[in-house]
Amino acid sequence: MNIVVDIKNVSKAFGSLVVLEDVSLKVEEGENMVVFGQSGTGKSVLLKCMVRLLEPDSGEIYIEGSNVLNLDHKELNNVRKHLGFLFQGAALYDSMSVRENLEFPLIRHFNFTPKEREEKIKSVLEKVSLEEAIDKMPSELSGGMKKRIGLARSIISEPKLMLYDEPTTGLDPITSKEISSLILELQKSLKMTSVVVTHDLLCAEIIADRAIVLNNGIVQHAGTITELTTSSDSFLRNFFSHEIVEDQNRRN
Amino acid sequence: MKDSKSSTRKVSSFNKRLTEFFIMIAGLWKFQLKFFKELFIPPYEVEQIRKHMDELGIKTLPIVSVTGFIIGLVITMQMYPVMVRFGAEAFLPGSVGISIVRELGPVITALIFAGRVSSGIGAELGSMRVTEQIDAMEVSGVNPFKYLVVTRIFACTFILPILTVYVIFIAFVGSFIAVVLVQNMSYVYYLDSVIAGVEFGDAIPGILKTFVFGFIVGIVGSYKGYTATNGTEGVGKAATTAVVVSSLMILIFDMVLVKITLWLWPTI
Repeated sequence: MNIVVDIKNVSKAFGSLVVLEDVSLKVEEGENMVVFGQSGTGKSVLLKCMVRLLEPDSGEIYIEGSNVLNLDHKELNNVRKHLGFLFQGAALYDSMSVRENLEFPLIRHFNFTPKEREEKIKSVLEKVSLEEAIDKMPSELSGGMKKRIGLARSIISEPKLMLYDEPTTGLDPITSKEISSLILELQKSLKMTSVVVTHDLLCAEIIADRAIVLNNGIVQHAGTITELTTSSDSFLRNFFSHEIVEDQNRRN
Repeated sequence: MKDSKSSTRKVSSFNKRLTEFFIMIAGLWKFQLKFFKELFIPPYEVEQIRKHMDELGIKTLPIVSVTGFIIGLVITMQMYPVMVRFGAEAFLPGSVGISIVRELGPVITALIFAGRVSSGIGAELGSMRVTEQIDAMEVSGVNPFKYLVVTRIFACTFILPILTVYVIFIAFVGSFIAVVLVQNMSYVYYLDSVIAGVEFGDAIPGILKTFVFGFIVGIVGSYKGYTATNGTEGVGKAATTAVVVSSLMILIFDMVLVKITLWLWPTI
């Protein structure tokens, strides 16, 4: 299998606080990799290092064979154009309508005619079942709708790699399940590779092919969700018992 | 013992503020260097610049109109008794004109512009920063500094001189109404007095310095917003400090620019 993401010994510290320490990770083409961990264990930092929103202190990060840490600004932007990133709060541009949000990457990077752009916008809105929101402003959307539109904006340029930062945080269990199923559906239909940072077990159960668990900045465990949740390791048992209780509370 | 602890705390708080001040100055310096570097690299985002110029002009127009009119009116009414005391009431339009063109028009417009625009830019960019919209733009392969910051600074730099010329005109209208009220002067005589008193050369340093003031408003507002942290609290702080810092810098730069102008053109 082709390796899409190859992270080698990445470390990152903020002052004296070490957030990532020698983290290594390989993600194969078409795979859904979930990164688990408690709050503050560096999951989002790892994701942001992958697109160089943060600069790691050491290590190497290869995306589709290019070490993103060695690329100049232009080369880096070329890599970024071919990946999608769904932020925790969806990060829709407040001053733009849904249509303008979706149009933004198309106008900036592609030479589509207005008609082709309109077709693409309608097509992604249909995929996330929000055709009626096309002329709404982000402030008029609910949390779940924002996530869907954020997802639509990320996939409109048909990326090969999708990065999700806590895609279900702040959503009710039903919407959370819907978003997770939508992510899986899109991943299958668009044949994307995904890295999903989450601490939502339900989301991970739906999406994940494989998962890693970060603790104190290091990759403590790796495996399938079943392997991790049924492990006899005390840390994992403790971690997932909390997750399961939290998850059951949310389901109830 | 208590007094010594309290004074130590005061000293350390002062040191912290002083350090923050120097960090901000260094940050602003680096920010403006980045602005000049990015300014000349394509794409030039002309459409965004035009949009910001429209918005900033329209946003500020009502308040500067009212202010310009009142300044012209009040200054004329205030100066009239003084001029009468010296038997120089014929020079009233000219002397009011000089003070409006050289100092009051540019500085008052810049201060109002700073209050209205700098805080707006600080809040808008700050909000985009804390909600990860700037990160989202960067990840999508668009240079957010160019798209959001360079365009705003450029628009501020070139819209403020236009607003200043407009404010000066409105201030003259206010001044004329005041002159008519207190002196019953004719329009033609008023215009003659203004033309005789105010030379074209008086307007040049006044207008030129508004380019610097506009740049200050844009750069301070953008810097404060672009580097905002700590969620909504940080956004509020960015908006407030943007106004304070830009207003203060306008006054300091005004002092320096007046000195430079008088040194370069002593006859003006």
